[in-house]
Amino acid sequence: MTTADMTSLLPFIVMGATSIAVMLLIAVRRTHVAVLVTTLVGLAVTLIILPAVSSAGSRQVTPLLILDSYTFFYTGLIASASFAVALMAYPYFRDREGDHEEFYILLLLATLGSAVLVASNHFASFFLGLELLSVSLYTMLAYSHWRESSTEAGLKYLILAAASASFLLFGMALFYAELGTMELPAIIAALEGRVAYGGLLLTGVAMMTIGIGFKLAVVPFHMWTPDVYEGAPAPVTAFVATVSKGAMFALLLRYFIQIGVHTQASLFLMFGLIAVASMLAGNLLALLQNNVKRILAYSSIAHLGYLMVAFLASGPQAVAAVTFYLAAYFVTTLGAFGVVSLLSSGGKTEGWTNEYRDADALEDYRGLAAREPWLAGVFTAMLLSLAGIPLTAGFVGKFFVVAAGASAALWWLVIVLVVGSAIGLYYYLRVVVIMYAPFPVERRAITAPLSISLLGSVVLAVLAILLIWLGVYPSPLVSAIQAMVASLL
Amino acid sequence: MILPWIVAILFIGGVLAWVAGRLGPQWPRWVSMIVLLIHLALLVAIWAQYFGQLTLSSRGPWLIEFNQPWIPQVGISFYLAMDGLSLLLLLLTNLLGIMGVLTSWNAIKERVGFFHFHLLWILSGVVGVFLALDLFLFYFFWEMMLVPLYFLIALWGHENRIYAAIKFFIFTQASGLLMLLGIIGLYFIHGQSTGVYTFNYNQLLGTPLPASTALWLMLGFFVAFAVKIPVVPLHPWLPDAHTEAPTAGSVDLAGLLLKVGAYGMIRFLVPLFPQAAFSFAPVAMVLGIAGILYGAALAFAQTDLKRLIAYTSISHMGFVLLGIFAWNELALQGAVIIMLAHGLSTGALFILVGDIQERIHTRELGRMGGMWSTMPGMGTAGMFFALASLGLPGLANFVGEFLVLLGVYQVNVAAAAVATIGFVLATVYALWMMQRVFFGPNREGWKLPDVNAREATIYAVLMFFVLVLGIYPQPVLTTAKHGLDNVQRYVARELDGAPPFDSSAARLRSDNDHANPPSSDHRSRP
Repeated sequence: MTTADMTSLLPFIVMGATSIAVMLLIAVRRTHVAVLVTTLVGLAVTLIILPAVSSAGSRQVTPLLILDSYTFFYTGLIASASFAVALMAYPYFRDREGDHEEFYILLLLATLGSAVLVASNHFASFFLGLELLSVSLYTMLAYSHWRESSTEAGLKYLILAAASASFLLFGMALFYAELGTMELPAIIAALEGRVAYGGLLLTGVAMMTIGIGFKLAVVPFHMWTPDVYEGAPAPVTAFVATVSKGAMFALLLRYFIQIGVHTQASLFLMFGLIAVASMLAGNLLALLQNNVKRILAYSSIAHLGYLMVAFLASGPQAVAAVTFYLAAYFVTTLGAFGVVSLLSSGGKTEGWTNEYRDADALEDYRGLAAREPWLAGVFTAMLLSLAGIPLTAGFVGKFFVVAAGASAALWWLVIVLVVGSAIGLYYYLRVVVIMYAPFPVERRAITAPLSISLLGSVVLAVLAILLIWLGVYPSPLVSAIQAMVASLL
Repeated sequence: MILPWIVAILFIGGVLAWVAGRLGPQWPRWVSMIVLLIHLALLVAIWAQYFGQLTLSSRGPWLIEFNQPWIPQVGISFYLAMDGLSLLLLLLTNLLGIMGVLTSWNAIKERVGFFHFHLLWILSGVVGVFLALDLFLFYFFWEMMLVPLYFLIALWGHENRIYAAIKFFIFTQASGLLMLLGIIGLYFIHGQSTGVYTFNYNQLLGTPLPASTALWLMLGFFVAFAVKIPVVPLHPWLPDAHTEAPTAGSVDLAGLLLKVGAYGMIRFLVPLFPQAAFSFAPVAMVLGIAGILYGAALAFAQTDLKRLIAYTSISHMGFVLLGIFAWNELALQGAVIIMLAHGLSTGALFILVGDIQERIHTRELGRMGGMWSTMPGMGTAGMFFALASLGLPGLANFVGEFLVLLGVYQVNVAAAAVATIGFVLATVYALWMMQRVFFGPNREGWKLPDVNAREATIYAVLMFFVLVLGIYPQPVLTTAKHGLDNVQRYVARELDGAPPFDSSAARLRSDNDHANPPSSDHRSRP
């Protein structure tokens, strides 16, 4: 390993080192603020050195990791999201019982795992990254152990993730049995020009799709999503919804588009069915929910279905569309869960929420606009972005995804996307309407302002500005993404 | 640089009005009023400056243009342009905006700043739609105006407002997405055949399309526009949305939102897909006639005054659809005049209902009656606008509907004949409405204050314009011709020879029509 290799690895090294630093810090002295600051500094350093490292060009470091502009772009996205999650976690955990400091170690490790997934160029690093992410998540999901549902979420995720990981390994083994290699470039080379895959390979892709599909929570591997979203502490839900899914989708793009699995009719059909089922089931089931976290869970299933449409379109345009959509989705989802998380913070506020539950019932949001106009405004913007309304990032994202689908003439998938979006409007608007409804009479007694943390408000403000900025002037990001994609494909 | 400002003034004004709401309830009203008056001054100045050039044969297609790259990587630009057609619709938008602010002066008491924010943003979106010539930008504004309107209905509407707002939003959004598919389909086909990927309207015109593809893309546009107009099977959102919206919302809905659909057909649908549009024309004309008759019949059956007026909109807009798909100069001129006249007269009727509802707190026709004796002023206004609505000669609607019938007659005699029944039905429902509200016994013993100065001003202004448009429509026709000539030229260039349904007999007849003043410069198609 040369110095240049080490330089390229620097962002990963910084994240790993920060987690160790946090661990040592806790051993010396438990201070929530100090741990938070260390975490933030670590992530900030990662983000700052990314452009410099990225400009050095792409580099294969060991057979496991490829450090190209694609990796660095997604690492930046992931680290920024983790930065926001850490800022949300602080007010959320501050007034709750128990030790909170270890949460940040897990957060950093999960971030590192996601970054490894994004950089993965070999089945071994794929699995390593996946497990680093999953194992951290088990604990993060169950972190508010004083709530039964949180423990339940952690256990559910543990069992299902372990099961799906075994499918994934089986799929990798089948690839190895057929091609004798686990390196992505070698696999691509071996499959170059192969018209039809044999049974082993088809089964291998299908098995790997089970493992990947579970992380992405696409139908039919979505069963865990609503329960885990609901049970997990709100900042962790934000993390699962963005970083974990985004990293896995980035990997899906890198592996399957380069291998060219969509050229196989049967596999195309499989992914197509997954996309259609996700879009329809996600949007339809969301209609039946009365819990904001569950609504967002089903909505995320639908959004991953939209992304699948662009994925199936394949080609540079599709990768660019997916990347823009993911960036917009990160901003929007972090903003939405940021509002939920902030409302669930300040555990001592009587009447709104308490230590033992999050502000996730739809009724918690009734009259929020009158009480907290600013929070309600941000939440409205985020929901409208999820619905794909102009002036928001979600609009431009959806436009690119539809354009990608149309450019590959996937008309049926695009039409399902349109139908799904129309259904989706209803439940997004439902939340919006509740927020602007009159404040419920029985709550009128509560006049003390909610203790909304300043830190959280700043995060939300930044996200809201990003949301509008991407919605009104997406040109710079589009340029960056196109340059990145050009170097990948 | 003036065009972006025409959009931005309202946009910024909305934010200002919202902020001004913190100072007191009067502030947002005055801020909106001043912003709209500045806007009006700009528009009138443009009209005055360019009026002389409208008829010059050497003029370009656009009076003013503004083009800046927006997302150049995918060929999206911030391209606004104005011709006579958009100018007229902008003037209507502004006028109805001012009326909306005036009529809400006392009616809206809660969250006044927020209300005016939404009101101005709706207008800003509508203005954007009328000016946008980049299809992506058009879609952007098209969707953008829905959100404030949704809030306007959901927050300040009447009893059943949430249901109506959601229904409205889902209908328009879902149909808008179909249009997006049409736009993107056109974009890629154009890009693949020419290598230039662009959403620029001027460049997309004349894209060679296989007939079946063109039909599908055209249908995507048609559904989106038809929901807005509304064309009959796609109309169910309209009665609810109109009825539940606050008065200013109903005025904007009827006056402006319905017009963007018709505008879209004239500006985008037919010029972009001329062949497909002409092969689809018979269906569209049947739908138009169905709308005329169905709207009128259902209006007659309503017990809610506001709902009644909402259904009359369907009937009037049926004429517009008919006129657009007849696609000759007379019919198109007529369609534009109906768009303006309907905006004024129906807007006025909605304001009237709002004023009545403010006094008696109901819209039930069964509880009204005999109001002329207690409110003669309002009765006069009601009578005036009811007569306008039924198409009394000398008032604006008559000019439009008459021109449409003339134009349609050249194309399809049967269609014109059936559509004429609409006139009869309009007379029935309009007079029936007057009878139930203002005449007959005053069963409930209403003793009500007559129109106050503010209301009288609103009615007087609207009456003035309805009269002017009815008696001397020539300046408006000249202005509209500037825009219509544009689109007609494109379409004529695309279609070699006559469209399938324009029989030679009809052409002969159009030649004979030369004695008719409005058609003196009439060229059906070169």
